[in-house]
Amino acid sequence: MIPASFEYERADSSDHALELLDRHGEEAKLLAGGHSLLPMMRLRLATPAVLIDVGRLTDLSYVRDDGDAIAIGALTCHEDIKDSDVLKQHCGIVAHTAGEVGDPQVRHLGTIGGSIAHGDPASDLPTVMLALDAQFVVRSSGGGRTLAASNFFSGLFETALEPTNLLTEVRVPKLSGGWSYQKFHHRAQDWAIVGVAAVQHNGGAAVALTNMSDVPMRAAGVEQALASGSDAATAATEAAQNTSPPSDPFGSAEYRRDLAKVLTRRALQEAMSS
Amino acid sequence: MAQVADTAQKYMGGGVLRKEDPELLTGRARYIDDISMPGMLWVGIVRSPFAHATINTVDTSRAANLPGVRAAYSGADLASEWADGLPCAWPVTEDIKIPKHWPVAQDKARFAGDPVAVVVAETRAQAADATEAVDVDYDPLDVVIDMEAALGDGATKVHDEFDSNSCYVWNLEVGDVDDVFNNAAVVVKERYYHPRLIPNAIEPRGVVCQPNLPQGEFILYSATQVPHILKTTLALTLGMPEQKLRVIAPEVGGGFGSKLNVYAEEAICVAVGRRLGMPVKWIEERSEGYLATIHGRDVIQEMEVAADSDGKLAGVRANLKADMGAYLQLVTPGIPILGAFLYHGVYDCQAYSFTCTGVFTNKTPTDAYRGAGRPEATYAVERIMDSLARKLEKDPIEIRRLNFIEPFNEAREVASGLSFDSGNYEASLDKALEAFGYDEMRAEQQRRRDSGDTKQLGIGISTYIEMCGLAPSQVLGSLRYAAGGWDAATIRCHPTGKVTVVTGTSPHGQGHVTSWSQIVADELGVAFEDVEVLHGDTAISPLGMDTYGSRSLSVGGIALHYAADKIITKAKTIAAHELEVSEEDLEYDGGIFSVKGAPDKSKTVAEIAFSAWTAHNLPEGTEPGLEATYVFDPPNFTFPSGAHLCAVEVDTETGMTRVEKYVAVDDCGNVINPAIVEGQVHGGIAQGIAEAMYEEAVYDDNGVLMTSSMASYRVPSAAELPSFQTDRTETPSTTNPLGVKGIGEAGTIAAPPAVVNATLDALAPMGVYHMDMPVSPERVWAAIRNARGQEVESRGKDTTAAGSGLGSADTPGGDA
Amino acid sequence: MRRVSLTVNAVEHEAMVEPRQLLVYFLREQLGLTGTNVGCDTSTCGACTILLNGKSVKSCTVLAVQAEGTEVTTIEALAQDGDLHPLQQAFHETHALQCGYCTPGMIMAALDLITNNEDMDEDEIRTGLEGNLCRCTGYHNIVKAIQQASSEMRSFATK
Repeated sequence: MIPASFEYERADSSDHALELLDRHGEEAKLLAGGHSLLPMMRLRLATPAVLIDVGRLTDLSYVRDDGDAIAIGALTCHEDIKDSDVLKQHCGIVAHTAGEVGDPQVRHLGTIGGSIAHGDPASDLPTVMLALDAQFVVRSSGGGRTLAASNFFSGLFETALEPTNLLTEVRVPKLSGGWSYQKFHHRAQDWAIVGVAAVQHNGGAAVALTNMSDVPMRAAGVEQALASGSDAATAATEAAQNTSPPSDPFGSAEYRRDLAKVLTRRALQEAMSS
Repeated sequence: MAQVADTAQKYMGGGVLRKEDPELLTGRARYIDDISMPGMLWVGIVRSPFAHATINTVDTSRAANLPGVRAAYSGADLASEWADGLPCAWPVTEDIKIPKHWPVAQDKARFAGDPVAVVVAETRAQAADATEAVDVDYDPLDVVIDMEAALGDGATKVHDEFDSNSCYVWNLEVGDVDDVFNNAAVVVKERYYHPRLIPNAIEPRGVVCQPNLPQGEFILYSATQVPHILKTTLALTLGMPEQKLRVIAPEVGGGFGSKLNVYAEEAICVAVGRRLGMPVKWIEERSEGYLATIHGRDVIQEMEVAADSDGKLAGVRANLKADMGAYLQLVTPGIPILGAFLYHGVYDCQAYSFTCTGVFTNKTPTDAYRGAGRPEATYAVERIMDSLARKLEKDPIEIRRLNFIEPFNEAREVASGLSFDSGNYEASLDKALEAFGYDEMRAEQQRRRDSGDTKQLGIGISTYIEMCGLAPSQVLGSLRYAAGGWDAATIRCHPTGKVTVVTGTSPHGQGHVTSWSQIVADELGVAFEDVEVLHGDTAISPLGMDTYGSRSLSVGGIALHYAADKIITKAKTIAAHELEVSEEDLEYDGGIFSVKGAPDKSKTVAEIAFSAWTAHNLPEGTEPGLEATYVFDPPNFTFPSGAHLCAVEVDTETGMTRVEKYVAVDDCGNVINPAIVEGQVHGGIAQGIAEAMYEEAVYDDNGVLMTSSMASYRVPSAAELPSFQTDRTETPSTTNPLGVKGIGEAGTIAAPPAVVNATLDALAPMGVYHMDMPVSPERVWAAIRNARGQEVESRGKDTTAAGSGLGSADTPGGDA
Repeated sequence: MRRVSLTVNAVEHEAMVEPRQLLVYFLREQLGLTGTNVGCDTSTCGACTILLNGKSVKSCTVLAVQAEGTEVTTIEALAQDGDLHPLQQAFHETHALQCGYCTPGMIMAALDLITNNEDMDEDEIRTGLEGNLCRCTGYHNIVKAIQQASSEMRSFATK
């Protein structure tokens, strides 16, 4: 269908975007690549009164080596992230996983900031961010703040972002060890039925899960088992601990729990061997 | 009339590129949504969100007041437009229950998606806005979604006027079936559920109606496979003189059966156009189409075979329950009947029984989907042949060879009562086995089994047969179908030597323009480029029965062949007159009549076309002009067959299953265009794999479609499929003079059992003997898990004893 | 209504559009470029694929106003002076289309793939087409067409 009518504002700078957000408040939605929002609007599952298009903020499209961290502009599209040499060198899991999002056409327009701000538990990049302990730089007209990924995803399609906030940058660490993202999906362009991110960093291992709860979540039980000396296969059996995965036509909760264990084992083995 | 059968073949059988392509490749083709006209209004349909509900009130006032809205109608507002309900042309039994099916529901909605109101606005967006602004007050009612529950005592009825949800019971029995089963050494009985499928032609449906009120004429453009059937039946629904309705199928973006129908929206657009006197257009949204366009299959099959101790088949008994959905669309009840005679496949037996019960439920109506009835039959027989082999500890190839009907070149009667036209089933199997590398694949499978590999290999076989060339009109009559099965062609030889062909078939991707040009170019000796083929417009092509059921070549193409014969017969008379010899003294080859023994004395068909046009010197009693029409009613069906082999790799931890190798050797008789035949096979296989592994329409308990868009209903992409190895054997049909059989549905019919047999073959060592389609990762995972959980128990059972029934011993009908 | 100006197939256009106008309908209904088709409403099927600033995108999931100042290429721009583009020619020669409805989107997606990836093997081509659905061909000949066009376009480019 054609989306319901809305008012359209095009932001020509971050400051302008923040001013528009202040003016329109909760009635407004930010439009970046539009690949999460527009399909929902076409089915009229979302009917925002105002769209603030931040797609022109090209100064927020970058991948930079920033000392200890890699800084990624929130409006960097998945395709650019996938192809980023800086990321491939220092934090390959982000480049790899961006290449797993949607399909080429989606990756040409969809942005990392959009993916993260949408708060979809079936989305891949939020899980990777969680495993990486990424930092999100957020601006509002009152100033800026940095949120940890661990405090960001608050519920189904809900995040710590307030209606007047603009996510401007994603900061991920330079990884010292191996990594893996295991996306299990039936068709290549589908969302993950379950996804597992595993990274080795600073002598420890982090594991996070896609679509195993209302929010992307860390597999705490697995991490604890590894910390206390378990091998990958043993630790992976804890992957379903405290999860609450959905049941839908493509996977019962029980199936997803079992998949999480298998994929966690595979992810850990791949991360540890690279 | 045998002149042209022996003519030299220059184009037929050769590698000719399609004439259709340039327009399609450059974006110049005109599909339904590309049609626009001044003053055109947009129609939007308001649909019930409930699967079953009483419609109390429909308030259109809010919608009517929106900007750009020209009209808004409830079902009651439009009731006077209908002289009759939407047609069901196949009342399969005398006592079938046929509910009235109004284009817009008036009292009750009977499936989620049932139209309840219509809006008309100036733009696409305004029509969308208006559909959201119609206020309908419903009282939701209890729903029946499951077929077996629908047949139970006290079930909620979909139609109050009937005493139950049983629509019909259709029987066929040949031989003493009970006796054969009672005395058989081995009986295998299994139960299969054939999932509900959504056709997904990539072009959604759409309709444009252009009224000419002063003349009382209407042009209906529709993305349809069946412009001719649509014209006749819609005239009855609308109470409109048939000669005043012209139906045009523009470029049509795929059908697969989903556009073989007469839909509410087609009736609605003509009715609204008639009311407003303005052109109107409706274009289906994809997710709307998931509710409003027919679904396919949704059949429970109880399949039973009796055999001797070697595995030689003695009897077949099939008992089906087929979900009709909430209403009967054009041929809904007849779909299972198209498979009814094929449950013994390419094997012979003495006794045969088929029963089908049609069942109403509160779901989207089902109807023809690529294969229509024949995939169900093939799936049942090819699955159970594997089970019979397993029970007798034989290789599935061996059990098939034991039972094949011997090669035959003359029509022969088979157990179900059909007369197969010709067949050589060994030949295609041999060729397929060689291409597949069967022995090496088995060795690789054994290696993986021995090493306990996480990824196991399975090999599946499907030696299928189908029934095409729909259909001999007398047979259709005896099956109570309301129309004939003939088709028509006209050849018009222009004085300039060019040729126009008018066909009654209505292609939507099959390349008829190319294939028909090949036939005529060879038979009349004209250049391929000089043949124009017209189709899909009832004013240009008044005679026709359209395109479905792999019928176009073996019925419409044969009409064309006979029309060419008529042209040659007339041209010969004129040529003999001009050359001053008797007709017997003339030879005909490749468009040239020459005098026997004096080949320099000759005339071409093109020359005769010119003299027939000038009419200066025609034989006594000869009409001027060189044009002929032939209407061909086939004397029999055609029976394409073949052998498909599939290897799958199963990740036994996650259940993920992928087709690794696929070999198809098909026999569709003689071939006009090999590239088109291969293309049909490729697409059919992909659709069959999709059916076997990916796709299923899933409803929740309230009758809400959960797989409600392309994002959740999993049509596979290139990334999920392998390339296919295809080859052919050619056993000419005895049904028609070109020896052709048809290839449109073969792949879709053959592939599902090949894939499922392969998956089960991979898992058999784990004790998994049954799964229903789609063999999705979760299903596979669950089957393995269940088998492991029941390891001790199932090992204790004697699953090979006669009569115990594999299906009943091993998680009957279920895998979850 | 909002003014939008963009370049489509090398022609500059300026028009007034409703903000909710999808780019694909702007192209089809306002510019009359009906070669780009619509097959779904969930950004799944890829029939509406065009190039936006040289990158393949699904034009049913872009607002016309988002395309302000961009360069759009549609299927209509590929054939030059009546000669098919090598990709179109390869689709023709390998019988990579039947009903033709997915074809414009498939070709535009393939054009992006070939332009940005050298020496793709079959798996890479198949994965690269994950966002385009075809119901007729089973993809077999589409993959062949892209292989053929890819080598022809590369050999042409290196001449």
